[in-house]
Amino acid sequence: MATIVTAGRRPGQGVAANLLLYALLLILSVIFIAPLLWMLSTSFKTTEGATALPPQWIPAEFSTEGYTSLFADAQAPVLRWLFNSVVVAVAHTVLVLVTAAAAAYPLARMRFRGKNTIFALIVATLFVPGFVFLMPNYLIVESLGWLDSKWALIVPGAASAFGVFFLRQFFVSIPVELEEAGLIDGANRFQIFVRIVLPLAKAPLATLAILSLLGSWNDFLWPLYVLFNPENLTLPAGLATLKGAYATDYPAIMAGAALASVPVLIAFALVQRYVIAGVARSGLKG
Amino acid sequence: MATDTVVAERSRRAPGSVGVVGRSGVRPGLLTPYLFLAPFLLVFGVFVLAPAVYGLWISLHNWDFFLPTRPWVGLTNYLNLFDPDNLLAEHFWESMLATGKFVLFSVPLLVVLPLGLAMLLNRNFRGRTAFRAIYFAPYVLGVSVIGLLWQFLLSSNVGLVNYYLSKVGLDEAIPWLTALPWVWISLVGVTVWWTMGFNSVVYLAGLQGIDTALYDAAKVDGASRWREFVHVTLPGLRPVLLFVVTMTILASANMFGQSYLLTAGNPSNETRTAIMFIAQVGLEQFRIGSAAAMSYLLALLLIVISAANFVFFRSKEGD
Repeated sequence: MATIVTAGRRPGQGVAANLLLYALLLILSVIFIAPLLWMLSTSFKTTEGATALPPQWIPAEFSTEGYTSLFADAQAPVLRWLFNSVVVAVAHTVLVLVTAAAAAYPLARMRFRGKNTIFALIVATLFVPGFVFLMPNYLIVESLGWLDSKWALIVPGAASAFGVFFLRQFFVSIPVELEEAGLIDGANRFQIFVRIVLPLAKAPLATLAILSLLGSWNDFLWPLYVLFNPENLTLPAGLATLKGAYATDYPAIMAGAALASVPVLIAFALVQRYVIAGVARSGLKG
Repeated sequence: MATDTVVAERSRRAPGSVGVVGRSGVRPGLLTPYLFLAPFLLVFGVFVLAPAVYGLWISLHNWDFFLPTRPWVGLTNYLNLFDPDNLLAEHFWESMLATGKFVLFSVPLLVVLPLGLAMLLNRNFRGRTAFRAIYFAPYVLGVSVIGLLWQFLLSSNVGLVNYYLSKVGLDEAIPWLTALPWVWISLVGVTVWWTMGFNSVVYLAGLQGIDTALYDAAKVDGASRWREFVHVTLPGLRPVLLFVVTMTILASANMFGQSYLLTAGNPSNETRTAIMFIAQVGLEQFRIGSAAAMSYLLALLLIVISAANFVFFRSKEGD
């Protein structure tokens, strides 16, 4: 009898429920995506077009004025900021991957003194809010002579406790026999790590790489305070200074915003399965 | 590729080889694990462990850039924050109140709404992955982009939001970024829009981890949708909920960029959050000792909240 109830429920609600579901999902999609489309569309408008009413979702007069005025301004070397952001994000990500993978490996696969203490310390820092490090790291960076330099952005955040934790979870699951076979062939631990373990970990490494790139690319508070010279700013920090200078030049401001977001949106579109899976995974295991 | 060769060679492995394998892996040389750990520990030590202690040390000194010396002052920096006659204390608690309000307004929305969205996305239909990506997309952008974009959208004279509101009959322009209570509605709304996709994805993974047999059993018992949600979904999501609630409180307590870019702390410091104030005192006025003390006080408060959270979810487990 009970089975009849089960069988009757889902198909009975089928079509109407599905239509409702799609309608809801589409409305939500518009809310999530429309502001981004507006940003892109405004960046290709004339100054008048940007504030024209009714709003022009497709520019009535297509213009690259926003971009050219942005690039021409010596006070706001936007291309330089873009370049700085790329250098910082790439260097930061490489450093995160190398240090985190190397550290995660022994924590997952070797027995040694202090292992549990080290791992506990790393995990504990996951729960310390970032602002605690703001003042001391500012002084440390200053004493290293790194203020107003890329090093201040590349190195301090590179100790990724999350990265170590995340990769360790994966390394633990690799069958011991694979390493064992390598050892018998006369490989040392480093060779096993590089030739056997890392190639197996492509997916988690890619996930960590994307998350690190996004984090570095979008970092705002720290660059705002450790960089001074306009030449040295990253794009997010630079954009904050644009706001004042271009108060009402909306095409130029939106061009800057688009410049900062289109690369990450494209990167995200290409690897969104990894990003989303990585987020889901870190959420569950955190 | 490397895997294939290894697998092929496994067949001719020596019979005695089991000896080199321990339960947690192959026995390493004495120094090997430390060599692997060294690069990470170097950066971790200098920029995570050391600052955690160094910050505490700083907070016990009158660490002002404009002073020739940095004298030890003990707990003065902390006690000052509890002195009702101290102007700094007044501004500090004002900023803590702002952060508290933001947490209070945003966390419930960021816990509940993404769960609803995740449950929608957890149903079986075509295009699920595409929708997930769409809702996640804003999260990929930095706060500086979000700030510039919404400053334009929420502008009281040229903004789209007020334009469309006027189309549905609301003729009076709403001062989204300059007046109460609109500033809070804007900051919370923008933050929910920006970060909701993140929590949804975390919930979604949690939902997919729930044993479907439990739902079948609930159906056999004739449970309503609501009872199914209360007795199967929520208990199944408990660890995920703990994670989402804790991380969302931490993230909201860290709020800086939205206020900095959208309202600049206005009107009259109403939306100047704790992080914004700490950064101002420490990195603009260079009163680093005071700023460090404020950071530790806020961190302590957050640790207490997280612990309470943990206990709450633990005690629920008994039900």
